[in-house]
Amino acid sequence: VKRIDDEFAIETATEQYVTRRQFSKFLVLTSLGMFAGNLWILVKSWLRRPAAYTERLVAGMDEIGVGEVKLFTYPEPGDACILIRTSVDQVVAYSQKCTHLSCAVYYAKGANRLECPCHEGYFSIADGSVLQGPPPRALPRILLRREGNQIVATGVQL
Amino acid sequence: VNRKSGITAIDGAMALIAILLIVQMWLLTATLEAFLGGHDEAILPAVLISGIICAACAGLFIFIRRIDATVRTPR
Repeated sequence: VKRIDDEFAIETATEQYVTRRQFSKFLVLTSLGMFAGNLWILVKSWLRRPAAYTERLVAGMDEIGVGEVKLFTYPEPGDACILIRTSVDQVVAYSQKCTHLSCAVYYAKGANRLECPCHEGYFSIADGSVLQGPPPRALPRILLRREGNQIVATGVQL
Repeated sequence: VNRKSGITAIDGAMALIAILLIVQMWLLTATLEAFLGGHDEAILPAVLISGIICAACAGLFIFIRRIDATVRTPR
């Protein structure tokens, strides 16, 4: 049978025990919450289906010169992307959202890399990988296909 | 177990729980990054380890309660 002073301190000395017990209970509940968060991510990953992307014309090769960029949105109207013509016959495109805090990255022509102005996160122009700074992962790459003189976006590679 | 050594044991257990929580917090953020980056293969092991840490925290909490009950002022 529980006595009332098991849960509520009567003496000052025993109050310390109750406080610590309650605090440790709070810590364990926090741990349980984080475990639940991990489980939630697992369930989300199980339920995630491969996204179906629609193909969309992005630009014509004659629209952008070598070293120039064109901004577009893909796959949704709110998903800003950046298309860069790296050589006469090569173009690459990445999501413009920095993977750190979603600032818009821009193409630094001199350094030939994508740079985030917020926290100096740099990304490789070759594959979007992180070269420097706080971004935790590479920029999502927009898959492109050339159709004659036209550049068509076909998907997103995380 | 006297009161003083009981408090020491409880403090030690709480410190251990706090360390485990920090590890679990890092694990949660790393799992989220893996999920957002499309690296789903890392998620299941992370969940298992998080569950083990959670169980360890619960075990330490039970330990704290037992010590607490033992060293409580005799009535």
